[in-house]
Amino acid sequence: MSSARPLPVRLNETTWEIPQTFDSGMRVPGIIFADDELMAAASQDMAFVQVANVAHLPGIERASLAMPDIHWGYGFPIGGVAATRLEDGVVSPGGVGFDISCGVRLLATELGAADVRAKIREIMHELSRSIPKGLGGRARVRLSPGDLDGVLRQGAAWCVKNGYGRSEDLDVIEKNGTYPDAEPGLLSARAKERGLDQLGTLGSGNHFVEVQEIAEVYDSEAAAALGLFRGQAAVMIHSGSRGVGHQVCTDSLKTMNRVVARERYALPDRQLACAPIASAAGREYLSAMRAAANFGLANRQAIAHWVRQSFELLFGVSSERLGMRLIYDVSHNLAQIESHEVNGKTVDLCVHRKGATRAFGPGHPDVPPTYRDIGQPVMIPGDMGTASYVLLGTKAAMRLSWGSTCHGAGRLLSRKAAVKRMAGEALRRELESKGVIVEAGHVRTLSEEAPYAYKDVSRVVDVCVKAGLSIKVAKMRPLGVLKG
Amino acid sequence: MVARGEDLAELFENAGKGMTEIMADVGKIAPTTSRNVYIEAEDRETLLVEWLNEALYLTETEGLIFGRFEIDQMSDTTLSATIAGEPFDEKKHDLKTQVKAVTYHNLKVEKKNGGWTAHVIFDV
Repeated sequence: MSSARPLPVRLNETTWEIPQTFDSGMRVPGIIFADDELMAAASQDMAFVQVANVAHLPGIERASLAMPDIHWGYGFPIGGVAATRLEDGVVSPGGVGFDISCGVRLLATELGAADVRAKIREIMHELSRSIPKGLGGRARVRLSPGDLDGVLRQGAAWCVKNGYGRSEDLDVIEKNGTYPDAEPGLLSARAKERGLDQLGTLGSGNHFVEVQEIAEVYDSEAAAALGLFRGQAAVMIHSGSRGVGHQVCTDSLKTMNRVVARERYALPDRQLACAPIASAAGREYLSAMRAAANFGLANRQAIAHWVRQSFELLFGVSSERLGMRLIYDVSHNLAQIESHEVNGKTVDLCVHRKGATRAFGPGHPDVPPTYRDIGQPVMIPGDMGTASYVLLGTKAAMRLSWGSTCHGAGRLLSRKAAVKRMAGEALRRELESKGVIVEAGHVRTLSEEAPYAYKDVSRVVDVCVKAGLSIKVAKMRPLGVLKG
Repeated sequence: MVARGEDLAELFENAGKGMTEIMADVGKIAPTTSRNVYIEAEDRETLLVEWLNEALYLTETEGLIFGRFEIDQMSDTTLSATIAGEPFDEKKHDLKTQVKAVTYHNLKVEKKNGGWTAHVIFDV
């Protein structure tokens, strides 16, 4: 990078711009929501160069955006948001990520944290026993090809039909638990093969099931509307579409590479491979992606079912009596066709969010009726040692970031560096001394997920709030963590 | 991961071992079960990605981890090989980080210093 290239320019306290002059191929500027420290981190791993790269995409509207938890990714940065026009724009699998519909959901309970803390070891042990996780974690029930087709087409709705969870759950999941226009027939045999044995499996890496305490409430009206109260026990689930999503991404990148070569797109990074939304390749990717996203929704629905069952077993009453309501479920790796305002007109755009969460404001028709007055809930998973958050989307977010906000903390250290710093077992003991019980399928690599490996989630959330993208509702502290 | 080889075949074999080494201790994997692999691709880079993804796919769907990679025949766009390993065992194989996918990011297969070098970035 030559020293003559302009560096990001600060626009206000929480917004930076990468001018188009940074790189001659940029069609629009880059906009990064960050404070000084987070911007310095983004400069260190050259993530902001990736923001500039995304600005090369044909048909990109207004700007290439990035959230405060921005860090280096494959092509698109993690925390990247980009909207492309349907007529002349492209869709890029790198703007969705390998783990299609990786996402988060939060289950309430009517239990107090004290009741849960008293049984936390048994709870974590039971969760560990009943939820398959980690490398090679095989599903409790192997799907038939017919079942898999149902899952890919209907998502969480298939699960409810087959006894996993309640029909009310669907009201508080994005798109009512089913991403429409999914086409399972477009998935390769390999993608399907990987899905047969993975429904209701946690995966590994930064996926988790976490038993939490609502430690703080910032907006009591919003909290009441969501059914949250201070001192309450809740359960957060963070997982995605497992091998299905990974395979769909891998398969689609192959196709897209051919399109890029044929159309002679001048892309600064091969991983930005894309195809026009209006083309067969573009349409097919979106349909396959939706099928994979449905698998992600179904996956979290199945895991939630076993979480409820585990609590039923240990507390001896039904999960209904325990008040284990689903509060909301969001994806943070997805591309969706949405209506937004551009220059005073309502336009349909393909909004890519990779490591960023949809955050629609009050009044938006896609927000469930029960929450429409306050806005769409957003769950932000933190790291094992600190905190997670519940936020709400805002009207300002619709204007500033296509209705998007951050998704988590963002990595600070590579997995290798994190493991070097502390052994998994030592970390587990340290967390236990702080009151967090960890059940890990794989203690050796637990340090990859250590708090010190991640940026400060509270800082990331504060920037989103200051920038107007979200409102803080509550903060949760971990009591027990299940990892793959 | 950076892998090297005197010729393309050795490069690909070493790339396979290098990927396994991220996940486990290659030396502790006994070659008791083998699979045949046949791949066709547009160019060397894509061939390498497909080759490594094939091993990952078998790891995920059959629970095998591979320590031995033997290329029988290959060109710039095709390869046929035999890979051998055994069902993975966390303790025996010293399981480390799971490799989830092979990416095209900064992917390079090039002739260098009288041999071949490959740069591959994995999604871990």
